[in-house]
Amino acid sequence: MPRENPPTARLPPFQRFLDAHRDDVLRFLIASLGRHDADDAFQETFMSALRAYPRLRPDSNLRGWVLTIAHRKALDVHRARGRNPVPVAQIHERAAGSATSAADGDPPDHWQRVRALPTRQREVLTLRYAADLTHAEIARALGCSEEAARRAAADGLKTLRKELRDVPATA
Amino acid sequence: MSLPPPELHPGEAAALAARTAARAADEGVAQIAYAFVDSPVGRLVAVATPHGVARIAYELENGGLDSILDDVALKLSPAIVEAPARLERVRRELDEYFDGRRRDFDVPLDWALTASGFRRRVLQECAQIPFGATSTYKAMAVAAGSPRAFRAAGGALGSNPIPIVVPCHRVLASDGRLGGYTGGLERKRLLLSIEGGMLPV
Repeated sequence: MPRENPPTARLPPFQRFLDAHRDDVLRFLIASLGRHDADDAFQETFMSALRAYPRLRPDSNLRGWVLTIAHRKALDVHRARGRNPVPVAQIHERAAGSATSAADGDPPDHWQRVRALPTRQREVLTLRYAADLTHAEIARALGCSEEAARRAAADGLKTLRKELRDVPATA
Repeated sequence: MSLPPPELHPGEAAALAARTAARAADEGVAQIAYAFVDSPVGRLVAVATPHGVARIAYELENGGLDSILDDVALKLSPAIVEAPARLERVRRELDEYFDGRRRDFDVPLDWALTASGFRRRVLQECAQIPFGATSTYKAMAVAAGSPRAFRAAGGALGSNPIPIVVPCHRVLASDGRLGGYTGGLERKRLLLSIEGGMLPV
């Protein structure tokens, strides 16, 4: 069948896009929210992406685009938590007792600490290290300068290093 | 310091993606759904819009899943997800047909992949050829209103987007030869023999 456009000029069928980016999006959301809330946010991310998908420019950076959507969904969850804060003790209890985290053999991890950082630092570290976006892509996703993204990452890492020095090695 | 990304459980993301795709199809956000359907003539890819089945492709003969879906995305919409539940009816009818328990397909069809006009008229005429019977390219051209356009009728049938259900395998050359088939002549023979019709030499 004749093709008028080169393959790069067309959007892939959505299923292929979903399959190509599902792992990155889920890793990012687990890092950002924990497993408990990642499932819903994952579905919301790809449902929003699908609604906008047919109007997307075919030459868009699809990975950066879907992770930006995931970032916004994660932010919504963090804001909702801010309005209905869960006591810290309950978070630990939930993590320890939940079938989807500790019971599945997830080690207590550094992402729990990242989630407790100030918003911008949390965003930059999850997008950089869980989603593997570049600082330039992160700056675009967050609407800040690349310099600001780098600084937030450095500040966040500094806090984490300090915390890890201050706790016993079991964590 | 290093911040390794969270580890995923095996199959975790795939299962979530499948749930999301099913939901997208259920809620109508994905216009187009597809599923694999196993059959005695090889694995098929069935594609449906909200109006009905728009495409049945022979997975291997039609260039594999990617090529089949690229074509649908280009012509209809890229909002395509794998959602077997949306293809359950055509799957059941195909199973019954290959089991010898069904002669006519009742599943609604969407002709969107064939431009309206002569080509679509040919396919719609072809859809009327009963189980066990055969017709000719010439008769199809006549029925579609252009008696001399039997070559064009052959072209329309050769690009039938919904083979098996729209039985282009029942159309033969006027001299009794088998003609061509989108899924290869072996499949045409097999389908005709399933239907118990007279096979041309």
